[in-house]
Amino acid sequence: MSVTRYHSQLRQSAAERRAETHPLTWRLRDDGARIGLDEYVGKDGYAAVREVLNRQSPDDVVATMKEANVRGRGGAGFSAGMKWSLTMKGGSIPRGYLVCNADEMEPGTFKDRLLLEQQPHLLIEGMILGAYANHSRYGYIFLRGEYVEAARAVQQALDEAREAGWLGDDIAGSGFDFDIALHTGAGRYICGEETALISSLEGKRANPRAKPPFPGQSGAWGKPTVVNNVETFCNAPAVMAHGAKWYQDLSGELSNDGGTKLFGVSGKVERTGLWELPIGTPGRELLERAGGLRDGKALKTWLPGGGSTGFLLPEHLDSALDFDTIGKLGSRLGTGLLTVVNEDQSVLSLVRNLEQFFARESCGWCTPCRDGLPWTVKLLQALERGEGERGDVELLDKLADDLGPGKTFCAHAPGAAMPLASALQYFRDEFERGVTHPPRTAHADPIPVGQI
Amino acid sequence: MATIHVDGQRYDVDGADNLLDACLSLGLDVPYFCWHPAMGSVGACRQCAVKQFKDEDDTRGKLVMSCMTPASDGSWISIDDDEAREFRASVVEWLMINHPHDCPVCEEGGHCHLQDMTVMTGHDRRRYRFRKRTHRNQYLGPFIAHEMNRCITCYRCVRFYRDYAGGTDLGAFGANDNIYFGRHQEGVLESPFAGNLTEVCPTGVFTDQTHSERYTRKWDLQFAPSLCHQCAVGCNISPGERYGDIRRIENRYHGEVNRYFLCDRGRFGYGYVNRDDRPRLPEWRSDRGDERVTLEVDAALDRGADRLRSARRVIGIGSPRASLESNHQLRALVGEGNFSTGIAAAEQRLLARMQTLNRECGLPTPTLRDVEHHDAVLILGEDLIASAARVALSVRQAAQARREALAAERGIPAWNDAAVRTLGQDRYHPVFIAYPAATELDDITAGGWTLAPDDIARLGFAVAHEIDAAAPAVDHLDAATREAAREIAASLLAAERPLVISGGSLGSEAIVEAAGNVARALARRACRGSLMLVRREANSTGLALMGGAPLEWALDELESRRADAVVILENDLHQRLPSARIETALDAAETVVVLDHQRTATWERAHLGLPAAAFTEADGTLVSLEGRAQRFFQVFDPAYMRPETRIRESWRWLHVLRADVLRHDVGDIALDAVTRDCARHYPDLAAIIDAAPGADYRVRGLKLAREPQRYSGRTAMRAHINVSEPRAPQDPDSAFTFSMEGYNGFDRPREEVAFAWAPGWNSPQAWNKFTDEVGGHLRAGDPGVRLLAPRPGGYRYADAIPAVHRPAEDEWKVVVLPRLFGGDETSARAAPIQTRAGAPVVRLAADDAARLGVRDGQPLRVAGEHGALVLPARCEASWPAGTIGVPAGIEPWPAGGEAVTLAVAATQANEEGRA
Amino acid sequence: MNDTARTIARDGFVIEPEDRRAIEHERDHYEQPQAACIEALKIVQRRHGWVPDAAIPAIAEVLGVGPADVEGVATFYSLIFRQPVGRHVILVCDSSSCFLNDYEELRDALSAELGIGFGQTTADGRFTLLPVCCLGACDRGPTLMIDDCTYGPVAPGDVADLLEGFA
Ligand SMILES: Cc1cc2nc3c(=O)[nH]c(=O)nc-3n(C[C@H](O)[C@H](O)[C@H](O)COP(=O)(O)O)c2cc1C
Ligand code: SF4
Ligand code: FES
Repeated sequence: MSVTRYHSQLRQSAAERRAETHPLTWRLRDDGARIGLDEYVGKDGYAAVREVLNRQSPDDVVATMKEANVRGRGGAGFSAGMKWSLTMKGGSIPRGYLVCNADEMEPGTFKDRLLLEQQPHLLIEGMILGAYANHSRYGYIFLRGEYVEAARAVQQALDEAREAGWLGDDIAGSGFDFDIALHTGAGRYICGEETALISSLEGKRANPRAKPPFPGQSGAWGKPTVVNNVETFCNAPAVMAHGAKWYQDLSGELSNDGGTKLFGVSGKVERTGLWELPIGTPGRELLERAGGLRDGKALKTWLPGGGSTGFLLPEHLDSALDFDTIGKLGSRLGTGLLTVVNEDQSVLSLVRNLEQFFARESCGWCTPCRDGLPWTVKLLQALERGEGERGDVELLDKLADDLGPGKTFCAHAPGAAMPLASALQYFRDEFERGVTHPPRTAHADPIPVGQI
Repeated sequence: MATIHVDGQRYDVDGADNLLDACLSLGLDVPYFCWHPAMGSVGACRQCAVKQFKDEDDTRGKLVMSCMTPASDGSWISIDDDEAREFRASVVEWLMINHPHDCPVCEEGGHCHLQDMTVMTGHDRRRYRFRKRTHRNQYLGPFIAHEMNRCITCYRCVRFYRDYAGGTDLGAFGANDNIYFGRHQEGVLESPFAGNLTEVCPTGVFTDQTHSERYTRKWDLQFAPSLCHQCAVGCNISPGERYGDIRRIENRYHGEVNRYFLCDRGRFGYGYVNRDDRPRLPEWRSDRGDERVTLEVDAALDRGADRLRSARRVIGIGSPRASLESNHQLRALVGEGNFSTGIAAAEQRLLARMQTLNRECGLPTPTLRDVEHHDAVLILGEDLIASAARVALSVRQAAQARREALAAERGIPAWNDAAVRTLGQDRYHPVFIAYPAATELDDITAGGWTLAPDDIARLGFAVAHEIDAAAPAVDHLDAATREAAREIAASLLAAERPLVISGGSLGSEAIVEAAGNVARALARRACRGSLMLVRREANSTGLALMGGAPLEWALDELESRRADAVVILENDLHQRLPSARIETALDAAETVVVLDHQRTATWERAHLGLPAAAFTEADGTLVSLEGRAQRFFQVFDPAYMRPETRIRESWRWLHVLRADVLRHDVGDIALDAVTRDCARHYPDLAAIIDAAPGADYRVRGLKLAREPQRYSGRTAMRAHINVSEPRAPQDPDSAFTFSMEGYNGFDRPREEVAFAWAPGWNSPQAWNKFTDEVGGHLRAGDPGVRLLAPRPGGYRYADAIPAVHRPAEDEWKVVVLPRLFGGDETSARAAPIQTRAGAPVVRLAADDAARLGVRDGQPLRVAGEHGALVLPARCEASWPAGTIGVPAGIEPWPAGGEAVTLAVAATQANEEGRA
Repeated sequence: MNDTARTIARDGFVIEPEDRRAIEHERDHYEQPQAACIEALKIVQRRHGWVPDAAIPAIAEVLGVGPADVEGVATFYSLIFRQPVGRHVILVCDSSSCFLNDYEELRDALSAELGIGFGQTTADGRFTLLPVCCLGACDRGPTLMIDDCTYGPVAPGDVADLLEGFA
């Protein structure tokens, strides 16, 4: 049979990856097998935990993480150290929870899967550091239900770590206690939004929660709660082992953000895949590593970091892939996994597909997202079929605007608005070609509404 | 206090509010859906967006949801801002995408918040041209109709039902734009507060099914400020009438009592006033054996007066479900020494005791709103859902307020509902309940004890002793009870405001005394606590204040022939004492005159029956359990649509009957005169004159309208009777007109509001236009006067502590359990209530049942002094051994405390016989 | 066995003792029993293939929550099935990267091969076809998942061969 089971694979060989330059992936094996506890410990694993828990204070960890400026890899790019400094601790505040966001469902994103399947101990180590810094009593790895392989790997690693004393009471003789449970989800993209994730963790409908109060004040079951992405946590051991300056230097001149990033490329390119590269690496280099577009096609447009980021043009390929630079281009770095669109592919159809996704995955809590998104889908479908009416494109403009940040309850709908708004900006003609009718006249002469 | 700037205007507001609340309180219109004044903000609908600026010089600003933004000092916002207005228009447009075009057939139409908001935001044409999604509806029981297609997904229903009222069987299902609000399975909504969904839902998803069969738009209903007569809480209501029938009951906002919510008995229990079999004409027979004939008013009065005049002595039996005015007129007719309250002696003793306690124990009686501000509650011998349901809802808020206190410690404002609940989780202020059975508040209680009445009292006495050693100690206290008493005492003492709730529901004086001792003990320890005592009927408190002999006395007088005539006011005596006792007394009387609006067993015994006005056709004054005298007003004139009827207010009948007896000129009388006379007669009732403005009250020189401005069909509605339209009925008794003429606005403060309406606000949300601030008080003050003020008294601890309840071998003590549906004299006669009442059962301890060899559901024969009764058994593990529970309202006996024997019965017959 | 006695039977639905134990075990991982709701639904689904109506109150009882809480959760999450499904569930990724890699052709091939569309089950009860969010396998699109396994890329021509392996 020509179809193969999917297995996550890094595109860089072991030879290319070194501890000093590839903090996330240097331990990975070329055969893609899971790094077990022994191998992990053999490659300096849990050294940071032993060192930090015994020699440093929680505030030291926060300070180092802040200085290293590890920006959240879940997509929003908020400084992890900053987040950890805002968690309520001490005094009468109960010890809370540390949650790893392993709900990876962003269209075009396949990075956390690699770390979860092949190097779960790195995540566990990062979480122990996080727990120490945040005074957390208990951790959860919130894993999307479809990641069956990752669930197996993580559960095995948790058992190994607990057995070896890396989890539980008195970790590494430090007196610090912390344990982690695996929580697997049951679908729904919105579970990745950190407050919805907490609702889901509590066994409720995954409706997000209003901020403030932030999870660090009142999160899971009202306790201080820290949520970070898998990759974010995986950066912590190296940062704590080598220091903030070393981490900053990894990206050198490329970016003000520190460290490396798991970048990837999907779409019709020669060699899709994942690479660990310094953050700030330009898109062009990634595209080159991917061998350029398949069948000699030209690049039409690309999404820098998943379905909720804005479209960029070929001319943007030389910009640094980091949070601020991509932000300035009107898009977002997001997850940093590029989705590539070639010259033959319809942006209108792709946007329709994306909006369908976002409409279906809306939690249904706030009006713009719940009821506005399905309308955009229907308008896009009409345009796609050549049944658009005059005014439809302008209506889409308005919808994209109304679904933007600050207007909806959470960032889901703004995530949907971004590709829509940027597509309308860059590829407006594709939309306008779908307009074939004058507007219907059923309501042209409504009964006037009087003043009240 | 905070200063905010709205569209360039400067306002001082309560800085603890959110901007939406603040703006609405200022009278500024901001549209909203998911926010509710009693439930706070969750920010779901996005309808309340306004523009907020950083400071005076910021011209860009950004959109914020006003409900989720604190009204902090120095805020600069704009409601009028173009971007904000456009965004709000978009929100309504989205909400209307799937909303059907069914306003013309929708029962929400005309009092629909969604309609109001759609107009307010200026959305008047549909641009969405695709298919709408549709849902299937559910059967939700006899009270509430379900039409899910109208849903705009504001989540208010589940937030009220679950978070506010503690219900569990209504939920939100599905995701994205396919969200469904209903039960997991079709079936009756269990919450006793489900009816509030009809007002909480901003559109027509949940509507009043009792109204459905003969539906009328709000603007075509005639309303009056009225009072719920279904229990002693005194909730304010607006009944709506059309064509001579009450069509529905709406909540009438009272800032200290019910505020936004009613219980289902009050909302749906009105059907008895519409019954076809109601007496509508005087009925007469000179001898019991005769056929009854109907009479004209004058003839009836003459016959009645003749009989009374020739009687040796006339006894008057009053009623705790009738107004003070009616009771007073009865007393005026028969004379002070011949008046009975119509209340059985045992209950009357309890009422007197409660009255003394309320005045002298040292703790005040809280209003319902005030109940919510207590931080520890002890409930002795009351299942509040059954006996005073609306109080239970307030106690739940008191318990839940712990979360707000915890949230405040973290700087989370009380209005941030979801955040408050997240932080607080299931931490509640302590509520302790001692009752023979589990109650519906058990999910929030810190401690619940299922005890026999005497043991409940003992627990209470023990608590009092723990609080104040000077209170009498309880002998032979077992360790568990002592432990419980210590825990309760410690919680009450630790609280800033402890609340003791008890009452007469179990008919136990000891329980009331025990509650009194706890209250007294708290008072002596200088606690800022309160004592609330539950009475049974709408005017129980008033009758106790008025005074009179108990019912047994009246029966004795008749039976012993010391009196030969009796006038019975709105009281089915068979509901109060064993029928045999009643029958003997009435048989002995030469003349029985009955005034009632229901064809009760007592009515059937009358020589002369006078058709009395039900509360919807009468005015009068009631005193609620918090000692608040409140006036209810006539909603409609029954003779307008049914000219053949001769229904009159009881006080009016009694006045003219008296005049006839005395051969006085009949003269006319109006309510104010009766009220004044009543106030003059009883010092305790002197203040009732101030319960409401008199008939001469005017606003800008106008009387007040009972009908909305758009009331239609007036010229046609009587055309089938007579094509010439009569003059609208005149109302000499109040300041209200039976028409749309008169003042109906909101801008002039007034206490008595027949229906809430303000320009652009047709829904119940319009109440926010009548209050001094959202959720506050009516601008002219909340209606009513309090009569039970604490006064210095020589209150001494009660020390009649009952002995431990010891189950006997083959005898069981009866406990009569009040129940929400089917437990009272009047609403039990309404069809939808009967559907909800459920079959009566005998509750007994599982161990007792095992000993008797009776299984759940098997018929059990209960035999006592007055006869026997067969009911299915309900075996409960926690029910106190040696007692049985029978539901109120099935039989006037067995009485509470009576000893009965039990036996497995062969048949399931409801009754084998009465003595 | 005591466990059997504790098993709930309602409307004929039974939570197996083993499942009940598993649910109770999950419950201990969290501060509140409601948190085990999703896992409880998954446990029941593992045994029955889907979550029958009568399982809702049964689960509610084990967790000590209301049936509406359980149903609210059951109907929210896309991997909880409140209708019967086939022996094998095919989840086809319909998100952007697969879409750009001709997902629609794969979908059509599956539909043609099975004679069903999304949300439907083959007459022989073998397969149910459902769309799913990005499977996180975008480098090998178009992808799909059958039961616990992800496959990719799946060309339309591969469909028949692939399905052959599932009885
Ligand atoms: C709709 C939505 C979906 C999201 N999904 C994910 C996700 O699957 N994984 C993730 O790590 N973050 C996701 N996020 C971001 C999280 O909300 C949150 O910012 C992140 O977990 C914080 O971790 P970080 O600071 O380490 O990035 C999502 C956000 C939104 C608005
Ligand atoms: S934007 Fe609103 S409806 Fe959409 S996912 Fe967020 S909260 Fe839910
Ligand atoms: S009322 Fe403010 S968001 Fe709904």
